Amino acid sequence: MNDTQTSQTWDDNAPSFGHMLHAGVDTSHKVILYLEDISVSFDGFKALNKLNLTIDAGELRCIIGPNGAGKTTMMDVITGKTRPDTGTCFFGQTLDLTRMTEPQIAHAGIGRKFQKPTIFENHSVFENLELAMKTDKRAWVSLFAWLNSEGRDRISDTLKLIRLHAEADRQAGLLSHGQKQWLEIGMLLMQEPQLLLLDEPVAGMTDDETERTGELFKTLAGKHSLVVVEHDMAFIEQLGGKVTVLHEGSVLAEGDLATVQADPRVIEVYLGR
Amino acid sequence: MRTPFIIRLLSAMSRTGWIALAAFAALTLIVMPALHLWVPESSPFHVSTYVITLSGKILCYAIVALAMDLIWGYAGILSLGHGLFFALGGYVFGMYLMRQIGTDGSYQSLLPDFMVFLDWKELPWYWGVSDSFPLTLLLVLAVPALVAYVFGYFAFRSRIKGVYFSIITQALTFAAMLLFFRNETGFGGNNGFTDFKRILGHDITSPGVRVILFSLSALVLMLTLLLSRYLVTSKFGRVLAAIRDSESRVMFMGYNPLHYKLVIWALSAMLCGIAGALYVPQVGIINPSEMSPANSIEIAIWVAVGGRGTLIGPVIGAALVNLSKSYFTVAFPEYWLFFLGALFVGVTLWLPEGVVGLWKRIKARSAA
Repeated sequence: MNDTQTSQTWDDNAPSFGHMLHAGVDTSHKVILYLEDISVSFDGFKALNKLNLTIDAGELRCIIGPNGAGKTTMMDVITGKTRPDTGTCFFGQTLDLTRMTEPQIAHAGIGRKFQKPTIFENHSVFENLELAMKTDKRAWVSLFAWLNSEGRDRISDTLKLIRLHAEADRQAGLLSHGQKQWLEIGMLLMQEPQLLLLDEPVAGMTDDETERTGELFKTLAGKHSLVVVEHDMAFIEQLGGKVTVLHEGSVLAEGDLATVQADPRVIEVYLGR
Repeated sequence: MRTPFIIRLLSAMSRTGWIALAAFAALTLIVMPALHLWVPESSPFHVSTYVITLSGKILCYAIVALAMDLIWGYAGILSLGHGLFFALGGYVFGMYLMRQIGTDGSYQSLLPDFMVFLDWKELPWYWGVSDSFPLTLLLVLAVPALVAYVFGYFAFRSRIKGVYFSIITQALTFAAMLLFFRNETGFGGNNGFTDFKRILGHDITSPGVRVILFSLSALVLMLTLLLSRYLVTSKFGRVLAAIRDSESRVMFMGYNPLHYKLVIWALSAMLCGIAGALYVPQVGIINPSEMSPANSIEIAIWVAVGGRGTLIGPVIGAALVNLSKSYFTVAFPEYWLFFLGALFVGVTLWLPEGVVGLWKRIKARSAA
């Protein structure tokens, strides 16, 4: 991503900043995320073209689509990194994501795992999780923050879940690629988000690691909502949720994997290129 | 349960670190003052005025180097304008020293000499608190911090980073230098402030005052080191390092980098201001050349030579570079800048982690 897309300035007077006012997102209509008519264009290229998408609370949704279909841009819009040219984007019933900054959106309960693992390589595995942990994240508070035993327990639970408890004090940059992916998933969980956005979470993992990741995601669904962008069809099949196919910035097809795979338009997009 | 603050502070440094600090304290607070004041000049153990003044100066530079390391080594923000904050602290304290001259100046006027020379009849309003020692101390902290805060707020809010930020800081100190060069600005123009006579009523050149200023500089350096150790080992420090490594990732975790950068940036400027205020009475002069871009670049070189992001490295770097500067500018005055440039290039090429990195390598090799 180039810098021009992130050049919006901070809105510091927004009252919710840094606090945890959005602890409970309003999902009274059983929907956690609404995207309506979202369009984004970069220098004339339409990355998203009137995209409509709704994610139910507790759902595990897979997003597939060829390169350039707009998957990453969609995530950028949801997390506040890119502002849409038109369209609305709501988290639950009340939170307008197009008016919030990245940290505010993170506090509201949306966590994101990037395509490339972006862990903090110079920090230890433990410190990576500590940084991600849901807590008061204002600068003034961090100056005097001291990890209590409750926090320690939470980190240790997550370390076990992502099978990195033996590596807790190791520098994160020294982990294997698969372990880095797991660490980033762990960091995401430490944030206790309601909605998890996962961009190619199993890229570079061994088959065994992939399968365990799938199991983890399935246990998370229900309590959390997950949006998984993936190319690995076997993995998507294992997850077994609803599948959305993106193409040229809008939704081409939606349904379970078998239905979508049988859709002639989907076949054409994937094979006709 | 909350851990008492003192325990946190104690755990911020290793045992060896505390022992080294205690040794340094004994040397600068007891041994050197005693050898200067009570050992006769004829004795080989006597510490001369030259040594005390030079060491005091280097201690002030070391505080600046530490402040620079906090912002560059730990937050990844290279400032090439830190000389400005140092000079601002120096000027604020210099104003107090100018007022302490009283009617002992060449014109025997209550006003500072340069104002008489300009035919000014009364003090400009911003000299208002320069007669008060406590208020001057307050301004020594507040002025650099405030300038840094306002500048930093706009720069960081607009997400100006990397080399662009460095260039702007360089321009800032240059602009300030031009401003202070003007006589009308009311800070003595290109001569700045000098010919100080007294500090708190005591003769500023007396051995006792010299020693107190020297020991005070050492004390402030030690406190700064402790504060810095605490900061970088706290969660605040870990967030700062995370911002340095990947700012956008930190934002997606719900931190606002703006506030973190502003806190460390303003604090760093404040520390420079304190160093400047300690420096001016020891060297006896402050003028706009302290704000010259080259001075600020030199600060970055001290940190690079010592080792970025190590805290103790910049202190060593400031001492090493300035000791060689005092030697070189006397022995080969024309070649100092060439030497400094070569040093910077050499360190960048062969010692990316500075002297401290070299030491670590030697230790690792001997252990293997």
